[in-house]
Amino acid sequence: MAGKYHARIYVTLRSSVLDPAGTAVESGLKQMGYSEVAGVRIGKYIELDLTAANEDEATRHLDEMCDRLLANTVIENYRFELTQLATA
Amino acid sequence: MKFGVIVFPGSNCDRDIQTVTQGLLNAATRMVWHQETDISDLDLVIIPGGFSYGDYLRCGAIAQFSPVMNSVIEHAKQGKYVLGICNGFQVLTEVGLLPGALIRNRKLHFICDRVPVRVERNDLIWTKDYQPQQVITLPVAHGEGCYYADDSTLKALEDGEQILFRYCSPSGEINPEHNLNGSMNNVAGIVNQQGNVLGMMPHPERASDKAIGGTDGLALFRGLLNSMAVA
Repeated sequence: MAGKYHARIYVTLRSSVLDPAGTAVESGLKQMGYSEVAGVRIGKYIELDLTAANEDEATRHLDEMCDRLLANTVIENYRFELTQLATA
Repeated sequence: MKFGVIVFPGSNCDRDIQTVTQGLLNAATRMVWHQETDISDLDLVIIPGGFSYGDYLRCGAIAQFSPVMNSVIEHAKQGKYVLGICNGFQVLTEVGLLPGALIRNRKLHFICDRVPVRVERNDLIWTKDYQPQQVITLPVAHGEGCYYADDSTLKALEDGEQILFRYCSPSGEINPEHNLNGSMNNVAGIVNQQGNVLGMMPHPERASDKAIGGTDGLALFRGLLNSMAVA
């Protein structure tokens, strides 16, 4: 029985990759007086809906999408959360 | 000997290349729309600079799935030549023809400048008309040109002498001060292991006509033409 799923995908820079944008934002926050801030890293958040036979298939397809397009695994990591929306 | 220049929606250096290969060097040049799949008539494919598909998601990320790219991969696997300039370099890393990735410049600025670049070797087809360690001046124009690769990839590139161009001082020294965008090991351009695929951030096609400043890039195209005409 096919189901509709909602995915929330988080793409983050690998820790070994410099994040100059994160560094700039961190210094901005510090200039605003938030001296307690450290380790700002900027990533991407992607939402999408998909239809799949079951949760396993949805997970497998999402892994493929992330590996092939949504993330560049040379520089990025990804993780996602999946919720079932309705049974088709 | 025929050049092909891939045209993606958002490419903007495609005609600059044609102006050099066809206009200045009289070499047959075909503009190849990204929907085409038959590129068997081409000896050398050039992926130009620009902002393919608006650089959405990541630079070069969407372009890698254009119909023409499968043919470009096949072309490269046959040992034929592929050159990616700027956005073209980004596309080649995204599609996996070259290792590593190009990320935001170290200081975040979009850098538009003419910079010294050192040619590391001249025994590959790309640099026949240069001298080893020759310092040339080429234009750069990029926001995401900082070359990144993990340590083992970088070591393999160094061991295999795959780094063809490096950012340097005007006298040719390789140091952090003259590493304009923060690239690892001052990488400005690399080749694959076989040497038939080159990706570079600087723009040789914008340094080929005296009328618009320097001509240090022309030798790259002229060298290619001469080598391949002989072959």
